[in-house]
Amino acid sequence: MEKTWNNKAWFMVLPVLVLVAFSAVIPLMTVVNYSVQDSFGNNQFFWAGTQWFEETLASSRFWDALQRNLLFSFIILVIEVPLGIFIALNMPKKGLGVPVCLVLMALPLLIPWNVVGTIWQIFGRVDIGLLGYSVDALGIDYNYVKDPVDAWVTLVIMDVWHWTSLVVLLCYAGLVSIPQAYYQAAKIDGASRWSVFRYIELPKMKRVLLIAVLLRFMDSFMIYTEPFVVTGGGPGNSTTFLSIDLVKMAVGQFDIGPAAAMSIIYFLIILLMSWVFYTVMTSSDAQA
Amino acid sequence: MESTSKSKFVSFLVSLFYILFLLAPIYWLVNMSFKTNGEIVSTMTLWPHQPTLANYVRIFTDESWYSGYINSLKYVIINTVISIAVALPAAYAFSRYRFLGDKHLFFWLLSNRMAPAAVYALPFFNLYSAIGLFDTPWAVALAHCIFNIPLAVWILEGFVSSVPREIDETAFLDGYSFPRFFVKILVPLIASGIGVAAFFCFMFSWVELLLARTLTSVDAKPISAVMTRTVSAAGMDWGLLAAAGVLTIIPGALVIWFVRNYIARGFALGRV
Repeated sequence: MEKTWNNKAWFMVLPVLVLVAFSAVIPLMTVVNYSVQDSFGNNQFFWAGTQWFEETLASSRFWDALQRNLLFSFIILVIEVPLGIFIALNMPKKGLGVPVCLVLMALPLLIPWNVVGTIWQIFGRVDIGLLGYSVDALGIDYNYVKDPVDAWVTLVIMDVWHWTSLVVLLCYAGLVSIPQAYYQAAKIDGASRWSVFRYIELPKMKRVLLIAVLLRFMDSFMIYTEPFVVTGGGPGNSTTFLSIDLVKMAVGQFDIGPAAAMSIIYFLIILLMSWVFYTVMTSSDAQA
Repeated sequence: MESTSKSKFVSFLVSLFYILFLLAPIYWLVNMSFKTNGEIVSTMTLWPHQPTLANYVRIFTDESWYSGYINSLKYVIINTVISIAVALPAAYAFSRYRFLGDKHLFFWLLSNRMAPAAVYALPFFNLYSAIGLFDTPWAVALAHCIFNIPLAVWILEGFVSSVPREIDETAFLDGYSFPRFFVKILVPLIASGIGVAAFFCFMFSWVELLLARTLTSVDAKPISAVMTRTVSAAGMDWGLLAAAGVLTIIPGALVIWFVRNYIARGFALGRV
């Protein structure tokens, strides 16, 4: 269906534009402003040029945090996407089980992020948490406060717990849209379970799966609250992701210049990924 | 058909184990919220042996606790109302018309949904302090618009697009003015979509901590910030923390039933 060309539609978009510009453009300009200046307090600012950008790009602190973030996102995707598909395939397709599964599975998605952190902070403790206690009882030395590997394992399990359901729900939405006739045709052809998945289910899930992968990538790339509550970025700096480092720098140490420069680099990475996301999504819109 | 009943059983087990994995940590939180601190620290018990409501009583009677919930609800509701109100006409415009820069605008909105809150924490702090909104629910409500308005526009655009254009045209032929058509015809037609969009705005504003914490100090402190403060207070009050956590899960758990068929659509920004 062709849309009509009408520039008056701008009036309907105007409130959104004004509000989001107020919340997004003004603060972003402040960040740009800070990123090229130096301050010695008392609201006196001096032109610093690209100094902060050069410093940020040269600092191992930034690259380390970026690497941790990328590694975390990678691990998350490798676990959550296949697991999400697998569970969606095994979900009941009709009957009372459907709404019950949907509601129970969506539950972790609706919990405030700091409470997610609190839940796992408690659950993983060796002294009072069921998980920590059980693992300890099995004779495995586990302490997410002291051991970097344990801290990572805890954060990954927490994220799998928190977000796998998103992948499940999206895949499930794709699966239920497949007409029964497809399965019947496959049965007549004597198709194996694998080829049903490969040639019927996977192509139908492609679109939702793309959304799931991109959303999970971006959200895990901006993760802040959950690791902040559970590990606070530690032990050492082992779980200090970009967001955590940024807030530490800006609010904790008040290094506004470097923090602003880092914000802009961070934001540009996200913008690039949003563009990929948008292109993929709108091109699959056109296909559908 | 032995093989299918067997595979059905395996499917059932997979779903069951996944749900148990999801519910175990939540159960543990609920379990702890009914225990005394003595029981939590001294013994490992799978259910409360001396169940107590003291933690909940404390939250409902201590103002510094229950005001946290009220503050959170205030900004969440303000944010939801603003987001839906401005997103509705925009969603209609994006769904029905082509106009100068529409695609760029749509992308720009999306990029805000994807922007990390950490980038905005400091500038928001300065901005809202400068205009005197710091430590009010309005500051948090406006700040959360940055990701909720794009979300609401995207979800509502999908719902508006599913209304046939002939309905608009018939209404205009019948002499409806545009505002009257919007309120009397379009809004009732996409009522379920508005409900879903409102739910997701409510939810994303409710679960966010970083901005809410940065933009408030005393008067408008949200429950999530009250909780983090208590963690560091002298001696860990685990039972109280658990009870506070349980109470934050309840709003989502109550309304999720009504949107169960639209959950995927909401998370996919209306694109399923």
